Amino acid sequence: MNPLDILIQYWPRLLDGTLMTIKLTFLGALIAAIFSPMFALIRANASPVAQAPLRFYISFMRGTPILGQLFLIYYGSGQFRPFLQEWGLWTFFRDPFNCALLAFALNSTAYQTEILRGGIMGVARGEVEAAKAIGMRRVKILRRVVFPHAYRIAWPALGNEIILLMKASALASVVTVFDIMGRTRQIFSRSFDFSVYLWAALIYLCITAIFVLLWRQGERMLSRHIGSPSNSRTIITPPEGPKA
Amino acid sequence: MTQADIIVKAEDICKSFGDHEVLKGISLEARQGDVISILGSSGSGKSTFLRCLNFLETPTSGKVTVHGKEILVRDGKPQNARHIETVRSRLGMVFQQFNLWSHRTALENVMEGPIQVKRTPKAEARAIAEALLDRVGLQDRMQMYPSQLSGGQQQRVAIARALAMEPDAILFDEPTSALDPELVGEVLKVMQSLASEGRTMIVVTHEMAFAREVSSEVVFLHEGRIAEQGPPEQMFTHPKTEEFQRFIAKVK
Repeated sequence: MNPLDILIQYWPRLLDGTLMTIKLTFLGALIAAIFSPMFALIRANASPVAQAPLRFYISFMRGTPILGQLFLIYYGSGQFRPFLQEWGLWTFFRDPFNCALLAFALNSTAYQTEILRGGIMGVARGEVEAAKAIGMRRVKILRRVVFPHAYRIAWPALGNEIILLMKASALASVVTVFDIMGRTRQIFSRSFDFSVYLWAALIYLCITAIFVLLWRQGERMLSRHIGSPSNSRTIITPPEGPKA
Repeated sequence: MTQADIIVKAEDICKSFGDHEVLKGISLEARQGDVISILGSSGSGKSTFLRCLNFLETPTSGKVTVHGKEILVRDGKPQNARHIETVRSRLGMVFQQFNLWSHRTALENVMEGPIQVKRTPKAEARAIAEALLDRVGLQDRMQMYPSQLSGGQQQRVAIARALAMEPDAILFDEPTSALDPELVGEVLKVMQSLASEGRTMIVVTHEMAFAREVSSEVVFLHEGRIAEQGPPEQMFTHPKTEEFQRFIAKVK
């Protein structure tokens, strides 16, 4: 069978799965991006006692498989159904998409927090002192000096984390979310055509490639004061020799 | 002299890092137009004292009065902590390492204080910043980032940044120590012109020529105390204490 046939026959499902993967990854990363700055500040500044719960949460999220976290939320919530119904939360946990999104958001928050903490600790102390010396208040210093630098420093690692999250989102197919992987498995179980997995791999590859390009644009914008890497790259001239 | 003339007043400033007593009770007054040079060998506490004036370092005890705002410190706790930002905004600071905000252009560095702290309208802040950069001789470098400027140029931007706040006094923390020798002159020239127009300045420095020729008063710190203090000419020609004699002999 021609690999193109399966694409022609099933492309709407694959497209649907692609949109689902993007939606899961985007929302998961976005929720994590909303919570991580505050958590990163706590990690960078708070006393060891005050940040103990946060450290425990981060250790748990980074130290256990994301599939286990997903199962814990998806199957675990079933165990507490009466309780959740009483609180009106069951409609949320009944939907596998919500469970997957919650698991990914919780997981990515832990990683993004640690990455951003590294960025915050990398900000030049002198620039913070200059902001203090001019009379800026704490929140303003964070907004005008600390975070612009912290995000620039953390940017490549954050991009990496989002790519990892995107690939991890394939696990959502295990709890019946029809993302790229879910749709691919569904198509394979009907057609028994192995090539659909190759198409799936190609789609993941494309998403990653496009994301990397966009992310690099962002990096260029954040680093414009340093001079872009393409400007400073050494130009190697080929050695001169007798022409062929 | 009336009280009103006193721009910066520090009383009995003490500072310890753990068991190590760096400042053992220093008092200093700067009146309008004073240029005070603080000298001392490394470890004498001169930078720490300067940083205590705008609370980049919190003294262990003592009192700082700037712009009528009094901050009393007991047991390392400032009693009127809410005044700290006001005191800081009234005191400009120029650092040894310049400490320009590297993600902002020279112009943006100078505009930042007026806009963010004094809430000056943007157009007005821009005009102020352009005039100040012009004054320090950087009219053609306004759109450059700090990484594109030489050390001397960066330090001149930093001075313009401090001036933009229209401070009551400017603190200089070894402003020429990180500069290549050939760039020291351009920064000292700007400082000299500030002194001659009557700015109040407190300068921690190793530049003996500046201390001697530009400042109105010299303070010599030794082991966390003021060992000697007075007009520069008298101090350099007739040093009273043995410590200061040894110090000028060494730096000559």
